[in-house]
Amino acid sequence: MKPNFEPGGKLHAFHSVFDGFETFLFTPQTTSSSGVHIHDRMDSKRTMIIVVSALIPCLLFGMYNTGYQHWLACGESHFPFWELMLYGFLAVLPRIVVSYVVGLGIEFAVAQWRKEEIQEGFLVTGILIPLICPVETPLWMLAVATAFAVIFAKEVFGGTGYNIFNVAIVTRVFLFFAYPAQMSGDKVFVATEPILGIGGTAPDSFTGATPLGEVATSDAASGLNITGITGDPISLWDAFLGLIPGSFGETSTLCILIGAAILLATGIASWRIMLSVFAGGTVMSLIANWCASPLYPASYLTVGQQLCLGGFAFAAVFMATDPVTAARTNTGKYIYGFLIGVIAIVIRVYNNGYPEGAMLAVLLMNAFAPLIDYCVVQANINRRMRRLKTKES
Amino acid sequence: MADKINYKSVFFNPFSKDNPVVVQILGICSVLAVTAKLEPALVMGMSVIAVLAFANVIISLIRNTIPTNIRIIVQLVVVAGLVVIVDQLLKAYAYDVSKQLSVFIGLIITNCILMGRLEAFAMGNKPWPAFLDGVGNGIGYAIILVIVGFFRELFGSGTLMGYQVVPQSFYEAGYVNNGLMILPPMALIVVACVIWVHRSRNKELQEE
Repeated sequence: MKPNFEPGGKLHAFHSVFDGFETFLFTPQTTSSSGVHIHDRMDSKRTMIIVVSALIPCLLFGMYNTGYQHWLACGESHFPFWELMLYGFLAVLPRIVVSYVVGLGIEFAVAQWRKEEIQEGFLVTGILIPLICPVETPLWMLAVATAFAVIFAKEVFGGTGYNIFNVAIVTRVFLFFAYPAQMSGDKVFVATEPILGIGGTAPDSFTGATPLGEVATSDAASGLNITGITGDPISLWDAFLGLIPGSFGETSTLCILIGAAILLATGIASWRIMLSVFAGGTVMSLIANWCASPLYPASYLTVGQQLCLGGFAFAAVFMATDPVTAARTNTGKYIYGFLIGVIAIVIRVYNNGYPEGAMLAVLLMNAFAPLIDYCVVQANINRRMRRLKTKES
Repeated sequence: MADKINYKSVFFNPFSKDNPVVVQILGICSVLAVTAKLEPALVMGMSVIAVLAFANVIISLIRNTIPTNIRIIVQLVVVAGLVVIVDQLLKAYAYDVSKQLSVFIGLIITNCILMGRLEAFAMGNKPWPAFLDGVGNGIGYAIILVIVGFFRELFGSGTLMGYQVVPQSFYEAGYVNNGLMILPPMALIVVACVIWVHRSRNKELQEE
């Protein structure tokens, strides 16, 4: 099969597609012929696969939770596990397919057009996009947003590895700003229709706002009451486990921590960034809580709630640590992560219009990451210069 | 002026090869601000054509009597006078549009295209070529404004010139207007796309 794609072969025009699949399935056997090179088997395709596998707990839990919330919305009282899973699977499958088909389609087309190898960065992005979107996002919106993000956040900058902004977050932000009525409020976060005969139809009267959405609109003077879609209060434990309405894969802090453990054990994600994001979030939540005011209802949330609700943990583990868009220097990573944590909570608490700020915080710090690195490197150079001067004099 | 001016290139160059917006990147702020709908974009474009053409002619007529060290002030006075006239005319005959454009008609005074053309062309050329240059640059600006306004209104509001063009059946099938198109950041991206297309069609404009 391979000779068809070699130069001069019949299907040479598609050689980059072939090459992409071949190296995806097999570790490349070619070795460099001159000089001494050290290659690691961990090429970027293998790295991506580990990130995807770290996301699998979130994905599975997302399926279960989608089904669970749907059953709750329909007023059922017993929850058959496999039916819940199947329902969630059917709900998320079209979104994963759309995200991969659109994103990879554009990647393949651009790679062919530029006669380059196919870059595999979309493997992770493609699974992240359905995970951070509400489960009822219309498919065409997802397709438009994915196309926009891949073209304008990635390909115009030169493809995988050159993007300034995290592609998955750009997709989410595009959806959030382009279709605000569909992307927030209480309609999109819980599936209400039966899929292939599984599940029931939810009554019109139920409200499925996310806990943070509820907090933002609640009357703080009478005390916060965060309730699930059935009206029962949500405990911190629920929020940690993730049995709350929210975007598909980001509700469960527990599963995110499992993913974080995988990423840290394999050394792919930076523990400095993760740690400092959580530190920043904690510090800012404490400050917000300390000078809480009824004007900003979210400031009454405790630290635990701030960290477990919404997309904060997901952004900290999977978004902020994206090696392409994060800061590169070690000192820079602390600053970068800390500021993400602080800004995420600031947006969440002090802007009632945006119930969730984690994605905007990551995007903003993506823009500042090169500047942080520059300052860190310059500071280092200056320190060494001074040391040199004191020795000379 | 010793070298003969090619009237044709003076008039037509600003349309594409020397376009004030997509090549010289001037006047971007008003492009971002007024193009959420096609109609204000069109009116803004026409206002700039008128102001630029007449300002060019007037400055060109008095170019030899302006003392060099106060020429910017003189240019500003001329432009400001013309802008006030245009503003009053719009208020009288197209009140709604003038409301939408609000401060941006007044801000034509500070539009970099105007100062640029007055300094670079009208100060050194006869009235007729200066007039052509003004109209040409104005049209070059208006073209971009209309292109950007077209796409932003079409995708952002589903209308053109206030008439609905996206069929109602689309909305019933679940189509929703793109709210991001109404916001200024998207205008920047649309302008970037126009520049992208323009550069890829004109190879000689591409930088290294």
